[in-house]
Amino acid sequence: MRVAVAFLLFALLLVSWLHAQGTAPGAPLTLVSREGRRPIATTMVNGQELIALDDVAALFKVAVREDTLAGGITLTYQGRTLVLSADRPMASVSGRVVALPVPPVRSGNRWLVPVEFLPRGLAPLLDARIDLRRPSRLLIVGDVTVPRVTARIDAAGPPTRATVEIAPATPVRVTREGNRVVARIEADALDLGFPGEGAGLIDGFRPGDQPTTVFIVLGDRAGTARFTPADAGGITRIAIEVATPAGSDAAAAATPPPAPTPPPDAAPPPLLSVPRSVLQTIVIDPGHGGTDTGVHGSAGVEEKQITLQVARRLRTLIETRLGVRVILTRDDDTPVSLDDRAAAANNAKADLFLSLHLNASPIAGVAGAEVFYLRLDREGEDARRAAQADAVVLPVLGGATRTIDVIQWDLAQARHVDQSAMLATVLEEALRGAKVPMGARPRQEAPLRVLTSVNMPAALIEMGYLTNDRQQRLVRSEEYQNAVAQGIYDGVLRFRSYMEEQRPQ
Amino acid sequence: MTSRRYLTIGVGVLLIGLLAWGVMRSLERIAGVQPAVERIAEGPAPPPPGVPRITATLFYGSADGNELVAVRREVPLAEGTVPQAREILDAQFQGAPTPYASVIPEGTALRAFYVSERGDAFVDISPEVSTRHPGGSATELLTVYAIVNAVTANLPTVQRVQILIDGREVDTLAGHVDLRRPLERDFSVVREEP
Repeated sequence: MRVAVAFLLFALLLVSWLHAQGTAPGAPLTLVSREGRRPIATTMVNGQELIALDDVAALFKVAVREDTLAGGITLTYQGRTLVLSADRPMASVSGRVVALPVPPVRSGNRWLVPVEFLPRGLAPLLDARIDLRRPSRLLIVGDVTVPRVTARIDAAGPPTRATVEIAPATPVRVTREGNRVVARIEADALDLGFPGEGAGLIDGFRPGDQPTTVFIVLGDRAGTARFTPADAGGITRIAIEVATPAGSDAAAAATPPPAPTPPPDAAPPPLLSVPRSVLQTIVIDPGHGGTDTGVHGSAGVEEKQITLQVARRLRTLIETRLGVRVILTRDDDTPVSLDDRAAAANNAKADLFLSLHLNASPIAGVAGAEVFYLRLDREGEDARRAAQADAVVLPVLGGATRTIDVIQWDLAQARHVDQSAMLATVLEEALRGAKVPMGARPRQEAPLRVLTSVNMPAALIEMGYLTNDRQQRLVRSEEYQNAVAQGIYDGVLRFRSYMEEQRPQ
Repeated sequence: MTSRRYLTIGVGVLLIGLLAWGVMRSLERIAGVQPAVERIAEGPAPPPPGVPRITATLFYGSADGNELVAVRREVPLAEGTVPQAREILDAQFQGAPTPYASVIPEGTALRAFYVSERGDAFVDISPEVSTRHPGGSATELLTVYAIVNAVTANLPTVQRVQILIDGREVDTLAGHVDLRRPLERDFSVVREEP
């Protein structure tokens, strides 16, 4: 029976794949779920990766109904409804609107939707986690552990030093087996950032014989190898050091190492060769200040005080652990206009903008933290599209060209909304992980003034309700402020991994 | 002598006004003009008899404080979009029926209302909406969308709403929600009345 189902599914996928060949086939995605791995065909249309809606329906057992009169498509799953309209780049899931990069496209008798539809539209419909990891072509569905594994050579040596990073932190067992070091990672699958070339005494990093193992292949001249896995900042790092066998130093010196770029000695590689980090400057915006006290708690706690206290804690955490430049939009009790806050971030060419606030409600029982990112109205959507269409291509020295997007300054956030949505998602998860109680609507999209003009991924964090007596006491405590700072810091780390994945290799 | 003449004129004007109103109402009945919102529900505060009323959808904070709730209430019927909008907003700015919470600060009053040719409504409100606002992104969103939704849900000709305070354009009410542009309705924060 199971074989028959598998065969049927395979045949269906084959048919859909063959059909997709008719247009312009894209590389298939690999769906990873509790049930295993399977390929999903994609199609490229005008540079946008699309997936057939009937494939989605078959894979996820979702009912699809087309309403030709209204020009819409309705997907239903366990009483929940998702509506797609044929000409608008958005979907409505149980009354909430999510943005898509392009509207659904009709191809013959089937509908194609952008792959982003899966995490943004289908996930809330199924009430399941769907994570699209483009560089590794993985589509992760449900509660499965698929950490991102990357590797780098820190020093060619000898001794050769390398680091394997597993994000988020995952238990790992590392052993030496012959001419390789094997890392067995306790996960359902791995999102691998290699194969990677080695240097010095390491030949390279390769996917292992199991889906959850990684091989660090050692060179012929490798002697002892030391490896120490350690968890820090939500990431497991395996530091590997490979030395030449004792007494063979002279021989090693006589024969040039086979590495492609052998440095002359064990000195760390020059900083210039390190690619620009995706996070160099982070702006933290402590809400309100001066005469603008923000929310007033009944016990006299003022929002402006707490936001500054947490901002300072977060600055210390990020500066000391990440070595990233942090700028506060205010470092004392002064009023700063919303435009000046955005301008400070834009002028510093910051890579991330985090605004800290405290909430209020007419109902005393309302409590919990919430993360906001910008929602664009129609005008903002138009601005985003215009920015993409009106990109100015300028010639630069040496015959190359440079593309510059032109966008209204007060809608600068328009081009970052997708990344900001991801930022809000990882912040929400990380805050939860740091045991910060979250509100009933923990992640919201809203037209917030301070976020509209910042030209970088941005989120606003409401850390709790000052109108709730318990939370008013809580937000003053060092313990809670540290938990919030830690949660945001973890979110920043996760966001950095996400941005590194997105960066063109 | 003069004061008596004024009194007579006053009473005359009043009588003519009443007559005109009566004629308008009967004409309406004959023409079969229906109010914009059709479902008549029992309002939490029953209106005094004799005043013609329509049912409008107003928005209040839910009992758990997390969302807006769409509640049908009766408001006085008025002739034309602008007078009707005034009636609706006046009712919206009153306190909330139990078990709901008002998300409009106490003392907030409507100063003016007008609609542009593009279908953008301008709601000019007294400064209490800002000065007495408790603050916080969540509540500010509920305040703004209670007003925007109350106008757009009841007046189909209005597409977008711009909030003004004391006749001027403003950045925000309490430092969060962008009010520099007209806003479209947002029902994602709204729960239907159970």
